[in-house]
Amino acid sequence: MDFTFTEDQLAFREAVSRFLMMEAAPEMLREIWETDVGRSPDLRHKIAEQGLTALSVPADNGGLGMDDIAWSLMTQELGYYAIPDSLADTAYVACGLISSLPESVTRRAEWLERIADGSIRIAVGHAVNPLVADAHAADLLLLPHGDEVHAVPRSLVDVIANPSIDLSRRLGRVVWEPTSATRVASGDAGRALWATTLERGVLSVAGQLLGLAQRMLDLSVDYAAQRKQFGKPIGSFQAVKHHLADVATRIEFAKPVLYRAAHAVAHGEADAAVHVSHAKLACGEAAWLAARHGIQAHGAMGYTWEVDLQMFMKRVWALDASWGDRGFHKTRVAGFVLGDAARLGPGRTFGE
Amino acid sequence: MDLAYTPKQRAFRAEVRAWLADNVPAKPLASYDTQEGFEQHREWERRLFDHRLSMVMWPEALGGRGCDLIEWLIFEEEYYASGAPLRVNQNGQLLLGPTLMEFGTEAQKQRFLPRMAASEDMWAQGWSEPNAGSDMAAITSKAIRDGNEYVLNGQKTWSTRAIYADWLFGLFRSDPASSRHHGLSFVLVPLDAPGVTIRPIRALNGKEAFAEIFFDDVRVPVENRVGEEGQGWHVAMATAGFERGLLLRSPGRFQHTARRLVALYQAHREAAGRDPTIREAVCESWMGAEAYSLAAYHTVGRLAKGARIGDEASTNKIVWSELDLKMHETAMRILGARGELVAEAPDAEDGASWLEGFLFAQAGPIYAGTNEIQRNIIAERMLGLPKA
Ligand SMILES: Cc1cc2nc3c(=O)[nH]c(=O)nc-3n(C[C@H](O)[C@H](O)[C@H](O)COP(=O)(O)OP(=O)(O)OC[C@H]3O[C@@H](n4cnc5c(N)ncnc54)[C@H](O)[C@@H]3O)c2cc1C
Repeated sequence: MDFTFTEDQLAFREAVSRFLMMEAAPEMLREIWETDVGRSPDLRHKIAEQGLTALSVPADNGGLGMDDIAWSLMTQELGYYAIPDSLADTAYVACGLISSLPESVTRRAEWLERIADGSIRIAVGHAVNPLVADAHAADLLLLPHGDEVHAVPRSLVDVIANPSIDLSRRLGRVVWEPTSATRVASGDAGRALWATTLERGVLSVAGQLLGLAQRMLDLSVDYAAQRKQFGKPIGSFQAVKHHLADVATRIEFAKPVLYRAAHAVAHGEADAAVHVSHAKLACGEAAWLAARHGIQAHGAMGYTWEVDLQMFMKRVWALDASWGDRGFHKTRVAGFVLGDAARLGPGRTFGE
Repeated sequence: MDLAYTPKQRAFRAEVRAWLADNVPAKPLASYDTQEGFEQHREWERRLFDHRLSMVMWPEALGGRGCDLIEWLIFEEEYYASGAPLRVNQNGQLLLGPTLMEFGTEAQKQRFLPRMAASEDMWAQGWSEPNAGSDMAAITSKAIRDGNEYVLNGQKTWSTRAIYADWLFGLFRSDPASSRHHGLSFVLVPLDAPGVTIRPIRALNGKEAFAEIFFDDVRVPVENRVGEEGQGWHVAMATAGFERGLLLRSPGRFQHTARRLVALYQAHREAAGRDPTIREAVCESWMGAEAYSLAAYHTVGRLAKGARIGDEASTNKIVWSELDLKMHETAMRILGARGELVAEAPDAEDGASWLEGFLFAQAGPIYAGTNEIQRNIIAERMLGLPKA
């Protein structure tokens, strides 16, 4: 029993963090978000150069073959630096689905290679999301039609833009017609693919929410240490301290839940869905509180456009209900905990 | 205790309701944090004034209709229930107005109040400075006497809608040797005076909702001072009491939001029902808004018997700001994945009004004195606990 990360995994996270700190500064993101497409080919190119688009791609297809556990670290960094959706959607969620397609899908290898080299953006539709993130900018869309999975080129869909409060999110309602030419899976196989894709989508958002929470906490701690009122740093007032300490506590107790969920998905555990929903709820609560207490600690500064906190808060408010709102996830947790087959109590944490 | 309205009060309610039914614009006005919306709201204020409904509790001679506070509550209930526009001149009408009634000279009342009631003058509040937020006594902007004038220098910030406003009421240090609460004066400044520079600040919603204001040898006549020279803190604390207390946020506003929240829940009952905390929050919202209304009626009754609002104004401010936040958070939960959509999104619900309200609700625990400061006041002044 060892519920920790390896040295390599931690070093990897550190490297990603250093890279994104340099390449994805808030000023840069603001610039990108003000553009029409909202995505920067240059940033994507640099990310691909670092090999980050190839993380999940199987080694046979030119990737690194990393699993959900590594991604639980990676998504936190994506959240911390507020990297827009399509990276995680393409390189993690879509990649997971495509690599599970049978070899008979002839374009599978080509798609995986293009994910690895960063030359394709893939948007993922799922019944749980009314709109599709990054549909407008995608080269390929993975879309559900009942249990069927369709891989649809952008040219075959219409996208009705639905702007979000988070300018880094580009949501669209996708209008399209399923055909046999776009179908890549159906029946039980399709159902299973969508089920795992859901868990990955949720995990991806949960990790990002946690990273966002940490970022807002860091910004708020810095601000509270610098800003002075009544001749003292506001961080010396107990009310402000407690606000931020509460956030830190939530974050600490959401992390292990996320890691456990990632492990469950990576190993295809039977109760994976419950762990994933638990993670989404815990990470969402931490992020929501970090936004609220973060703006409170910033005073009027936090209510401005100029101060970076707003970018992270808005992303939290947007992501909180994506890949299933709280009702969806609470229902899954309740279904397990209150169900007849629940194995609860001491000694059951890891499903013995 | 007698909980029946008088025939006169009922008749007043009926009159207000009928007028609003005929006059409230069918299409919501543009946001008053934009130039276009600001002017639309000014236009609406003029209509209210023309029918003597803008400041019902002011004396008739000053543009009101001499209502008592119960009638004012009735007016507010009807006003918000009708979905009428927000009050764009609230800083003037609800904060400076009552301050002038209490501290202003007769000449100041005559000069400023009728135009304020008619929204011919729009007012901004100029208290906060970059280094004087929660610690307002740290104000350094100066108003130095020079004959019959004050010469203003310094900077104010976070002044709501100041880029569109005509006048500012501010707190300035008139005694340069003074410190903290002493030596401050409450001064009224026309925003088109030479030496005034106003720079907009973009708020969370992207709109230029507030501004920083620079004063560079701005001259205002001494008669623009409210209260005695050096007594500005005392005057300002009365204004702050109106802001935290009853006037700025009457219960009708929150009861209306609570009712809309119930309707939203009903419309999304199936999806919202999956999260039992939503149902609870909706019911708590109704209870919270009712409690706020009951407290207001109780307070108004006590005021009529000669009581004054004291430090308990701080409890009020906490209650309305946290209730408003909770209601909008609950609405976001009910809307789920559609909650993030802005007004331009074709799939947004109700023109994204809940999202807009949610963003503004984030400011509630900050403006009018942060809720941390209110809790300090309650603990130290109401409860007599020792200072930290
Ligand atoms: C939407 C909006 C509109 C506004 N409109 C106006 C306006 O029209 N005119 C105007 O003059 N001002 C206006 N303000 C400014 C408002 O009055 C200030 O934001 C408020 O007083 C807090 O000051 P600050 O922003 O400098 O925060 P700070 O004072 O820096 O406070 C930051 C944090 O520290 C906490 N803190 C500070 N001191 C203590 C303490 N002693 N104990 C415990 N905690 C403490 C605060 O509670 C807060 O959480 C507006 C603000 C907002 C958000």
